[in-house]
Amino acid sequence: MPDLLIELFSEEIPARMQTRAAEDLKKLMTDGLVEAGLTYAAAAAFSTPRRLTLSIEGLTGESKPVREERKGPATTAPKPAIDGFLRSTGLTLDQLETRDDKKGQVYFAVLTKPGRPAADIVAEVLDRAIRTFPWPKSMRWGAGTLKWVRPLHSILCLMVGDDGAEVVPLTVDGIVAGNTTRGHRFLAPEAFSVTSFEDYEAKLKRSKVVLRADERAETIWHDATNQAFALGLEVVEDSGLLAEVAGLVEWPVVLMGQIGADFLDLPPEVLRTSMKEHQKFFSVKNPKTGRIERFVTVANTVTKDDGATILAGNQKVLSARLSDAKFFYENDLRVARAGMDDWLDGLKAVTFHNKLGSQFDRIQRIAALAREIAPMVGADPDKAEEAARIAKADLRSSMVGEFPELQGLMGRYYALAAELDPEVAEAAEMHWKPMGPSDAVPTAPVSVAVALADKIDTLTGFWAIDEKPTGSKDPFALRRAALGVIRMVLENGVRLHLVNPIAFVIGFHASFQRGDVVREQALKLAKYAAKIGEPIYAESLLKQSFEIADKAPVASTETMTAMLADLLAFFHDRLKVFLKDQGIRHDVIDACIAMPGNDDLTLLVKRATALSDFLKTDDGENLLQGFKRANNILTQAETADGVEYSYGADVKFADTDEEKALFAALDTADKAIQPAMQAEDFAAAMSAMASLRAPIDAFFTAVQVNDDNPILRRNRLNLLSRIRTICQSVADLTRVEG
Amino acid sequence: MADQPRSFQEIILRLQAYWAARGCAVLQPYDMEVGAGTFHPGTTLRSLGSRPWAAAYVQPSRRPTDGRYGENPNRMQHYYQYQVIIKPSPPDLQDLYLGSLAAIGIDAALHDIRFVEDDWESPTLGAWGLGWEVWCDGMEVSQFTYFQQVGGHDCVPVSGELTYGLERLAMYVLGVDHVMDMPFNDPQSPIPLTYGDIFRQTEQEYSRWNFDVADTDMLLQHFKDAEAECQRILSTPQPDKAGRTIVMAHPAYDQCIKASHLFNLLDARGVISVTERQAYIGRVRALAKMCADAFVTTPAGGAAA
Repeated sequence: MPDLLIELFSEEIPARMQTRAAEDLKKLMTDGLVEAGLTYAAAAAFSTPRRLTLSIEGLTGESKPVREERKGPATTAPKPAIDGFLRSTGLTLDQLETRDDKKGQVYFAVLTKPGRPAADIVAEVLDRAIRTFPWPKSMRWGAGTLKWVRPLHSILCLMVGDDGAEVVPLTVDGIVAGNTTRGHRFLAPEAFSVTSFEDYEAKLKRSKVVLRADERAETIWHDATNQAFALGLEVVEDSGLLAEVAGLVEWPVVLMGQIGADFLDLPPEVLRTSMKEHQKFFSVKNPKTGRIERFVTVANTVTKDDGATILAGNQKVLSARLSDAKFFYENDLRVARAGMDDWLDGLKAVTFHNKLGSQFDRIQRIAALAREIAPMVGADPDKAEEAARIAKADLRSSMVGEFPELQGLMGRYYALAAELDPEVAEAAEMHWKPMGPSDAVPTAPVSVAVALADKIDTLTGFWAIDEKPTGSKDPFALRRAALGVIRMVLENGVRLHLVNPIAFVIGFHASFQRGDVVREQALKLAKYAAKIGEPIYAESLLKQSFEIADKAPVASTETMTAMLADLLAFFHDRLKVFLKDQGIRHDVIDACIAMPGNDDLTLLVKRATALSDFLKTDDGENLLQGFKRANNILTQAETADGVEYSYGADVKFADTDEEKALFAALDTADKAIQPAMQAEDFAAAMSAMASLRAPIDAFFTAVQVNDDNPILRRNRLNLLSRIRTICQSVADLTRVEG
Repeated sequence: MADQPRSFQEIILRLQAYWAARGCAVLQPYDMEVGAGTFHPGTTLRSLGSRPWAAAYVQPSRRPTDGRYGENPNRMQHYYQYQVIIKPSPPDLQDLYLGSLAAIGIDAALHDIRFVEDDWESPTLGAWGLGWEVWCDGMEVSQFTYFQQVGGHDCVPVSGELTYGLERLAMYVLGVDHVMDMPFNDPQSPIPLTYGDIFRQTEQEYSRWNFDVADTDMLLQHFKDAEAECQRILSTPQPDKAGRTIVMAHPAYDQCIKASHLFNLLDARGVISVTERQAYIGRVRALAKMCADAFVTTPAGGAAA
């Protein structure tokens, strides 16, 4: 059982691609070998900045011979048929076997493909792997046609058996496979040959190359934390950076340097970001003060001055970078202290989307909306409006221009510098959140108000210009925005009819595209619409607002109303995905969405959770079966009669005890359900409904609904209608499966 | 170390000598305003077609928006790039490059030299390539690119391009913190001159003109003129008055360079909005592509003569 060692040696592979590429090499090779009939015991892949390496242990020496039997024509078949069979199998007549078949004797061809030596297969599979390698981006070089991530220099391909190692003969685009590789670019550049994987790894280490990325990362982390510890400091953890740096070096050498005293007062996030993004430095902080005081850089080489020159150079580069950052920061602070007017004004020049105006326009909408939402989330309306006005000011700051990832955070620093209320400052940072499904949602009321306004404005705006997500395309991250709204509402227990802020923004958009006179009026109406609790009013007011501001190309009342419904459906879709992850079934959610007030997501989820839990109990089954029984008979009768039985069941027409008992049970249930519904205690309401199962069953056993007496019949159907109405008060049970 | 260069110009001279000794034709700077050494036709056009090519040159480069009135330690609206272009890219280009660093006094035994991923793209030239930025002790000292496409044409064979930011590199080698303090000639010269002696005043003058004074209506008109002339040159029918077929790729390309620089000037004046920006870049790219299309039909562009 030979072992196989492959190394693809190239110019520097981007750090972010290395790990994946090593795994791809492993998969392409092992899949290819297995497909060709070989087996292996174990495979492991490695990467450094200049090489991808694959070690396969216990490979079979050759593929098994493959035996194939093909049935031919009958022995009595005409000659051309037999000749054709011989041609297709490449055999002669005397090589065929004759066997008994149902219809007599037939020819059989038994073909054996001999096994192939592993080396042949390896060469073939490796050639294909190299030529079809799935690099995210690949290139040509020189006059060749081969594509690789960067120029490929050599191929090491070795089969190691009991009687020694042998090179697998292989040539790819002029590169002849061999048994040699090279060590570190500067410390051990000479080529050397290897005889096995163990020999390869050991010689590499002697040639100042650590083959394993995890070993490099561990060395870096170990040395960095040790050096920091000796000074009573801590390295700030950053696993992404560690993985990246481990991919930038073959021979990691950790060096710790100082940050100039001038820069220690910069916000720690600025220091960290600048050092990480520009220089790939780790930050080292003083645990007592939380301040970042030093940095760790990882060199790829050992020098005779123990890295003194390297460290001095790095320190110098850092100083230049931080001088820039400090310059930006101090400039920004000046603008902030003066009230940020320059930035707010400058947002006019920042296009949000060419059909949706500038960031400045957008802020007008968000500020107005945040003010309206504020009372619903327990925030002070003035603060919410003010927060929305300054929340995006930092987009114009120099610091955010340099480090976009600091947006929001700098806004908070600058708002504090402008001596704004801390809640307002906090919103500058938090209103961007949640950035993803696992990011924390804001909880402070002012932040929640601005964050909701921001996201609802975004969604409504893109709906208005028909830029909705389709399939896998969601360039404006609208799904994320909707999920953000959903999570903020649910996690903070916000009671809010979504239709209102959406209508508000639609109204604002529509009015914004017209002249100033109508804008004021339309705006007033839209604002009013948002205050009304019931969606129906919002819609009618919205209509008025559009009528006043009519004649815009996008704003017929019908399209606007349809848009509103469509966006609400989008929220419901996202909510379904969200709740499904929490184990709430699709049909259960649909049953609750069918109820009025479904734009109050907190209420909706309360319903859905209660229903979902309830359906798991015996009572849940009782409720469902009781309801379905009553509803089926009622629906049949309604379809047959073409009328709706919905009113007027009277106990005085009750004929049997069971019928009377059902009336009584419904009255009792009603008394329990009404207050429960008022209190939104859906579980209690459903318990009361479930108690109807027994009287319903007794009723159906004893009573014939379709009585010959039409009065009795109608009364009974109306009685069933009462059951239907009561049972439908939490959710539309017709939509529940089972 | 005894062999350290002592001035900005000595670094340039050493690079010239080094690449000349490796067989590059040492060209002179192109006599037009460009944003980077890549715009020199010796790179843009010569990276197209099948004919082998090896050239090295200094290219003065202008980036109006980078003007800082000579106050920033390393940002200027006018600076120098050193450019090496070899087609097809030789297999030992990385080693050749490292040799050039050694030639200007960067000893790999003392420094940490790294090739860090950096994909290059020029939307104005319709060009892209893969390569690295080269770091020396954490500082970017060069750009290293294997051209894959220029002017919308696949590069076959591939050119290897090296671009050194001369001021930054020299400041590092010479240990100078502010570019204006850097010795331009040997400090022991009878008349020693610093970079600032030569360029501080011009940085001020150009910064003011670029940002505040340049006549935007005129610049806009010149942009349109350059664009029109480029198109006119390339659509002029063959043959010429003497019956010769002469494709005028280079004169047309001059107009493309002009349009590109005029766009940069307009940009510095702040009169180009975010949305318009893309449109302008697209217009310049269209010119660059037309010039590339024309060049590959010429003998220098590898067409059969």
